[in-house]
Amino acid sequence: MPVLELREITKVFPGVIANERVSLELEKGEIVALLGENGAGKTTLMNVVYGLLSADGGEILMDGEPAKIKSPRQAIDHGIGMVHQHFMLVEPLTVTENIVLGREPGRLGVIDFKIARERVIEISQRYGLKIDPDARIEDLSVGMQQRVEILKALFQGARVLILDEPTAVLTPQEVRELFGVVRSLVDEGLSVVFITHKLEEVMAVADRIVVMRDGRVVGETRPEDTDEIGLARMMVGRDVVLRVEKPVSTCGDTVLEVSDLHADDERGLEAVKGVSFSVCGGEVVAVAGVSGNGQTELVDCIVGLRRPTGGTMHLKGKDITHASARSSIEAGVSHIPEDRHRRGLVLEFDLAENLILGDHRTPPYSTRGLLHPKAVTTMARKRIDDYDVRTPSEKVIASNLSGGNQQKLVVAREIGRDPELLVAAQPTRGLDVGAIEFVHRQILDERAEGKAVLLVSLELEEVLSLADRILVMYEGRIVREFTADEADEETLGYYMTGGGGVKLDDDARQAGPIESGGDA
Amino acid sequence: MSDSREGLPAQRRWMTVLQKVGTPLVSAALAVLVGSIIIWASGYDAGAAFAALFKGSLGGPKQIGDTILRAIPLIFTGLAVGYGFRAGLFNIGAEGQLFLGGLAAAWLGVVLAGLPWIIVVPIMIIASALAGAAWAFIPAILKARIGAHEVITTMMFTYIGRYLVSWLVIGPLKAPGQIPQTVAIPPEAQLPRIQELFSAGTLEALPFLQLGRAHLGIVVAVLMAVLVWVILKYTTLGYENRAVGFNPWASETAGISVQWTTVKALCISGALAGLAGSVEVMGVHHRLFDQFSSGFGFTGIAVALLAKNHPIGVIPAALLFGALSAGAGTMQFEADVPQKIILIIQALVIFFVAAEEIVLWFVRRRQKEAMSHAG
Repeated sequence: MPVLELREITKVFPGVIANERVSLELEKGEIVALLGENGAGKTTLMNVVYGLLSADGGEILMDGEPAKIKSPRQAIDHGIGMVHQHFMLVEPLTVTENIVLGREPGRLGVIDFKIARERVIEISQRYGLKIDPDARIEDLSVGMQQRVEILKALFQGARVLILDEPTAVLTPQEVRELFGVVRSLVDEGLSVVFITHKLEEVMAVADRIVVMRDGRVVGETRPEDTDEIGLARMMVGRDVVLRVEKPVSTCGDTVLEVSDLHADDERGLEAVKGVSFSVCGGEVVAVAGVSGNGQTELVDCIVGLRRPTGGTMHLKGKDITHASARSSIEAGVSHIPEDRHRRGLVLEFDLAENLILGDHRTPPYSTRGLLHPKAVTTMARKRIDDYDVRTPSEKVIASNLSGGNQQKLVVAREIGRDPELLVAAQPTRGLDVGAIEFVHRQILDERAEGKAVLLVSLELEEVLSLADRILVMYEGRIVREFTADEADEETLGYYMTGGGGVKLDDDARQAGPIESGGDA
Repeated sequence: MSDSREGLPAQRRWMTVLQKVGTPLVSAALAVLVGSIIIWASGYDAGAAFAALFKGSLGGPKQIGDTILRAIPLIFTGLAVGYGFRAGLFNIGAEGQLFLGGLAAAWLGVVLAGLPWIIVVPIMIIASALAGAAWAFIPAILKARIGAHEVITTMMFTYIGRYLVSWLVIGPLKAPGQIPQTVAIPPEAQLPRIQELFSAGTLEALPFLQLGRAHLGIVVAVLMAVLVWVILKYTTLGYENRAVGFNPWASETAGISVQWTTVKALCISGALAGLAGSVEVMGVHHRLFDQFSSGFGFTGIAVALLAKNHPIGVIPAALLFGALSAGAGTMQFEADVPQKIILIIQALVIFFVAAEEIVLWFVRRRQKEAMSHAG
């Protein structure tokens, strides 16, 4: 008998059927990967199971018994735990305090922290999830925070654990550790639903793969019966090119010239420590590095969101060292921001309003402070068409789009502006294969048109497949430069994590100003 | 599937309109319902109370005029607070800006005596807007420069503004006589009553024009609501205002100066509140005194909430609050229910609007029922 069974779950949002009679079974000790593009209905389905949404039809059974789940509290009582994409932890509190939150052991409202701590240690040992019970959440890495979320679910007595896109925020090492953890959990008799759109993860971790598309289950398979190409076809509904082919770069004039750039982070600590490089037209230069090594601050400087503390930047010979975000846009810099919800879109605006963001001051969208709705609508419809944003109309509010379509919207705006330099930070984070393929093609089209592209990515595969040159950033410095054919994941990973660190300063100097056919 | 997608835009538009208008309507209805229960539980006749309330606010042209009269300043302050909200700012100090606007109008009306109304009236209106904007400017700069919260600063400036006016009307600007008030502004500086625009014969023939004390300020108010709507929808100023209100980070990334937008938004909000002061002086009191505003700046917050910060929505919302206040006297006089009960009903309207989720729950449940019937 399956631990968890979903029978014909249907969930309708105004105008959209998110889940259409979806059935799913989960056996004890099994890892089921729920695979699908963004907007396929995976998360909606699991939010129904976890009681965050109520289904419009169908039923949920636990151990063969119909279960009424109307709130997360009831889901927890039934032994269902869920780890969301965005963690729900209280940052200033300790690991133990977070784990027991809501179910604190103790009497008369007084929490017995000694018992709490012991139970946390006991659970962490039983499942092999090592953690310091007294560490503060804010001091932990993202991977460790996720571990706390998992421990919290286990503490609450979860027998079924739902992991919603658990690897989206992790480094390759942390992903491998997570897979180990998931394995040990099922060895202990738990069952896991693993929501993802990443094919290689599915192949690595799942016992069984359920593929969703457009709110329906379109297929079920096992890793041994398929390969990544086959999964991609099931997921997208057509053949997908996983590796992009590109012609050899024809480097034109130097577009971006950064020399000896220094910048501080929010805390006032130096995050960019003397970075020099250049990007020429028709070239994709990638900055590879583990998150938090100064890439964000570097990008912020180039797009005018952060004042450098030293050094210079030139765009086509023009000094943009102290340019504001506005003059940076006007100078021809487009920016696909790392965090599209925060920086890329105004989610409450409709698509047309989002598509003029940053261009709203310039003709034909406005003259003398007056907007021209007709010009805006015409452009919006064209962009939505050209960039394949799936939407019924340009009047739809951006928050109603799926993640992939939101990113396409940002890409449509930033590339549609026809910039000199495209700065793309994590442009495919959280996207499914279909959308990734699309964004990659757009970036390479820009390159083919002779535009300069600076790509910042944590995804080594993306870096390797798109870049002509790769700069490895570690602790605020560029420690190594590779051409595309010199590099592989192992070498990049080695330098990204501080390998060769003994000679760090020498390397930094050697990899200093990089000539690329332009003037120094 | 494709059918349901094609049907989407029209359906969604209908849904959004329903939600935009529906929630405030349901909120107002719930407020009346709960209000009746309170009146009834306090030992009064709720039916009689509401009948009297209706009679006093909408019972005849004079009563309707009274409702309009009380709605006029609320339209301006509602617009003021709503415009600020659209930039993510809570201008809680519209009352102070209103006092400064009133001061500018009362002072200029006297100083410019002798000039024709076509010159005086526009000057007074513009000056009062500038005075309101100036009063919001310092909190705006403090917010933009050092992040001082506008709720605190605009509130503090309200006290300064009110007591400044108090001092002026007992001191430097005091008219001769016992009463602490300024000299009356001459007729050519006043906004005339609507019924004064028509001849006795016309009024006889068209009795609905006998709108009592309602004055031309209503025309200015409605025009201003339309203007604010146009600004928000069709200008880059309004676009940036809304963008910053929704998402300052994305705005910053798009090269919009969040600080400058904040300053502009608070000053425009202050200007609108300043106008409320001038219409009260020019249309109602014709002079300035200590208590010339009965908290219109604060009621404006409720009006903006009820209107969901929509400039056109502010008009009916202000009329509702105007009607409640106009009918309160009749309610006390005829149904013997204390006027203060009206404050409870006003508070309930605000409560239900603020507690939108409660209302939405009702609406959704009905939709769900409708859907399951359809399915």
